[in-house]
Amino acid sequence: MLLEAGEFRADRWRHLGDDEALADGETVTVSHARWLRERAALIGRNAALGLRLPNDVSPVTLGEDIHRFALIVLNFPRFTDGRAYSQARLLRGRLGYRGSLRAAGNVLRDQLLFMRRCGFDAFEVGERAVAENWLAAFDEVDVFFQPAEDQLPWVLRQRRAVA
Amino acid sequence: MGQSGPVRLVTGNRLRDGVPVYYAGPGRWSPAIADARLLAEDAAAAALAAVEADPLPRPVVAPYLIDAEIKSDRIRPASLRERIRAFGPTV
Amino acid sequence: MYRYDAYDQRFLEERVAQYRDQVRRRLAGQLSEEEFKPLRLMNGLYLQLHAYMLRVAIPYGTLAPEQMRMLAHVARRYDRGWGHFTTRTNCQFNWIKLEETPDILADLATVQLHAIQTSGNSFRNTTADPWAGAAADEIEDPRPYCEIIRQWSTLHPEFSFLPRKFKIAVSAAKAADRAAVKVHDIGLYIVRNEAGEVGFEVLVGGGLGRTPVIGATLRDFLPKRHLLSYLEAILRVYNQHGRRDNLYKSRIKILVQHLGIARMREAVEAEWAAMDNAALALSDETIADFARHFAPPDLPPAAEADAAFEAVLAGNKQFARWVEHNTARHKVPGHAIVTLSLKPYGRPPGDCTAEQMDLVADLADEYSQGEIRLTHEQNIVLPHVRRSDLWALWHRLEPAGLGTSNIGLVTDIIACPGLDYCSLATARSIPIAERLSRHLAAREDEIGELKIKISGCINACGHHHVGHIGILGVDKNGEEFYQITLGGSADQDAALGAIIGPAVSSAEVTNAIDQLIEVYLSQRAAGERFNDTYRRIGAAPFKAALYAARPAREPAYAA
Repeated sequence: MLLEAGEFRADRWRHLGDDEALADGETVTVSHARWLRERAALIGRNAALGLRLPNDVSPVTLGEDIHRFALIVLNFPRFTDGRAYSQARLLRGRLGYRGSLRAAGNVLRDQLLFMRRCGFDAFEVGERAVAENWLAAFDEVDVFFQPAEDQLPWVLRQRRAVA
Repeated sequence: MGQSGPVRLVTGNRLRDGVPVYYAGPGRWSPAIADARLLAEDAAAAALAAVEADPLPRPVVAPYLIDAEIKSDRIRPASLRERIRAFGPTV
Repeated sequence: MYRYDAYDQRFLEERVAQYRDQVRRRLAGQLSEEEFKPLRLMNGLYLQLHAYMLRVAIPYGTLAPEQMRMLAHVARRYDRGWGHFTTRTNCQFNWIKLEETPDILADLATVQLHAIQTSGNSFRNTTADPWAGAAADEIEDPRPYCEIIRQWSTLHPEFSFLPRKFKIAVSAAKAADRAAVKVHDIGLYIVRNEAGEVGFEVLVGGGLGRTPVIGATLRDFLPKRHLLSYLEAILRVYNQHGRRDNLYKSRIKILVQHLGIARMREAVEAEWAAMDNAALALSDETIADFARHFAPPDLPPAAEADAAFEAVLAGNKQFARWVEHNTARHKVPGHAIVTLSLKPYGRPPGDCTAEQMDLVADLADEYSQGEIRLTHEQNIVLPHVRRSDLWALWHRLEPAGLGTSNIGLVTDIIACPGLDYCSLATARSIPIAERLSRHLAAREDEIGELKIKISGCINACGHHHVGHIGILGVDKNGEEFYQITLGGSADQDAALGAIIGPAVSSAEVTNAIDQLIEVYLSQRAAGERFNDTYRRIGAAPFKAALYAARPAREPAYAA
C-alpha cells in the first residue's frame, strides 16, 4: 500500500524480479542490476519504467538516464539506515529528477516528514499507517531550520524576509 | 528459599519509569529482587520467552536472564552490574 | 546570549507536542521499543541502570540564570534533587520517569531549554570555549557560529539517521584551545588568513572512544559565508559512505582513516563544488544578526591590581589560593573569569545540587552580568566578574560547597558516571575519583597542574584518552580493573595518552597513581608540569615504577 498525495492507495506498479519475463506495455520497476544489464532493451520499451536503486549506489552514476524513469524507488533497509535521504536530495536537487520518488523498506511514521522534506512523494506503508493515522505526521512540525527539497522556507531566510 | 547455589532470574526495566524489576510470576514484576522467582535453566528460558510474547504494551522493556546465587538466605546477582541494578549506586 | 524568537519558540513547542504523542503511542503499545528508542534518543532520553536518564542540552555551554533555576526545578520536581554536568557541557538527570518526560520537556521549553539531539545518530551539542567573549586571546566570540550550526543541525531531514553520532566543537583561540577541538568529528578554529579575513580552519575525523584519533585539517581557510554549505558537504559524504555494518567502526574518523585525509578532502571538495552552495550561504547581515545576541556586556575597565585588593590577598591565604587557582585574566582590565569547582574532595565530579544551581543563578545575576558557562572538565564558569567583587563572591561559595580551590589541579578530576549509573559501563569510575581526590587533596599544590580523567568504559565519556593521566575501567574475569594511560592532552597540543602497562586492580589504583606522581616529583625540572616531564623523560621511568616492583604495597614516599 502506498501513502501518496495525501491518501492511501494501492500500488499499481509491478516490481519485476531479475529473472522474471518482461511483458509489453507493463508498468514495472526493475532492479539496478537488471537496468545495467538490459539498458538498451529497457530504453526501447513503450511503457513507463521504474528503477529500484539500492542505498549504496550514488544516483549521480545514473547520469541523464534518471529522466527515463517515471518512478525511482529508494530503500531504507532499516529505518536507522539514512543513506536514502541523501540519495533523494541528490536526485531532486542536484540532478533535477521530476518523476515519482518513493520510500520503501522500513518506512515508519516518525520519519515521514524527514522523507518528504528530502524529496520523497510516495511512501510504501502497511496497514498500521491507516490505523494509526500516519498522515498526521506531516503536520506535526512546520518550522524548519534548513533548506531541503520541499521548497519550504527555512528560518534563517524567514527572519531576514520579515526583518 | 533455603537453597544455595546458582539460579537464574528474569529482569528488565519498567517501561513507565525505568525502574529495574524482577519477574515474580505470571503477570507479576517486582522492584525488589527478594521477590524474584528463581528459575532453573529451561524454566528460565521459557519464562523469558513467555514475557517477550505478551501483547503490547508490555510493562517491562527488554527483559533478559541473569545469574544469581543465594547467600545467607538472600538473592545476590552474580555480576557487579546486576548487584548495582538491584541494590543501587555504590556512591 | 541567544534569545529565542517566535520561530524558535514555535518549533520547540511543536517538538514537545510531537514527543508527547510519541510517548503516548509508546505507552499505548503502538510503538515497539525498537521503534521508540531512536525517537526518545532524539530527545536525549536514555534507559540506564536504575531509571531513565535525561540529558538536557546546554548549547555551547552557555546558560542564563533562569535556565539554571529551571534545571534546579527539574532536579527537585522530577529527580532526586541534583543533576550532573558532563564533558560535553550538558546536564544529566539520573532518576527520570518516562511518563513524566513530556512535562519535563514542556517545563524546560518555557526557558528555551530542551533535550533535542543530545543522543542518537545525528548532531550532538556543538560545544565552544567556556571563556568565549571574555578571553583576550580569542579572535571573535565563537558562539554566534555555534548557534548558527545548532539551528541548521536541528532536525536536519537528511542527516537525522547518520551512521553514528556527530560532534562539532568551535574555538576562536587556536593557540589556547579550551574546547578540545582536535578530538571532535568536525573541529573548527576561527582564524585569520594572510589577507586579514576571518574564517575557519576545518578539522575532521577527531574523536575518542574505542579508536581515539586526533583530527586532521580538511581546509586551512573556509570563508565564514560558506560555513553551513561546507558542513553539509562533509555530512553528505559521511552519510553516504560512513560504515553502517559495525557499530564500532561507524564514526567519521574511521572513514577518514580509511580514505586518508587527501581523498576525504577530494570527496568533500567535489561535493561542495557540485552543490548549490548559495542556498546555504551566510550573508554578513545574517551573521551580524546572530552576533548581536552575543554582544559583550558593558564592562567598565578598572584597575587590574590595586593596593586594597593586594592587601586582602595578603591577609587571607585561602582567598589568595582561590584567586590563584580559580580565576583567570579577563580581556577587560579589572575583571576576572571565575571557575566554580564542582570537584569537592571525595565527592562525585560534576554533580550539582538544586540548591547549588539556584545559588549559581543568583551569583551570575549579582556578579557575572547574568552569564554562566559550563566547561568540558565539568566545572562552572562565571565569565564576567569584577575583581573588586571576588572577595564577596568567594564568601558565598564556601558554605555551598562550591569554593574548592582546585581548578586544573590533581583533585580536579574528570569522571563519567560509570557503572554506578550507566548501562554502557564496564566498571565504576566515581569511587575511583572520590578515593583519589581524598587521598591527594593534601598534596595538590606540591603536585601542581595534573589532569586525571576517568572513563568507566571504552566509550570514553570521561575523556581518559586526553588526560595527563587517563584511567579506563575494564573487566577482567568479572572484576573491575583499571588501565592507565599517560601524556594525553585535550588542548592545542592535543595528544592521546599511551597505555603504560597491564591494568591494575581497583585496590591498586591509588598506589599506582602515587607511584606515577612520585616519578614526576622526583624527576621534574623547574617549572615542568606533569606532561612536560613525561614528554621529556618518556614512559620508561613510569613503567618501571609501576610494574617493576609490583609486590610493594607501601607508598614510595615517606608517609
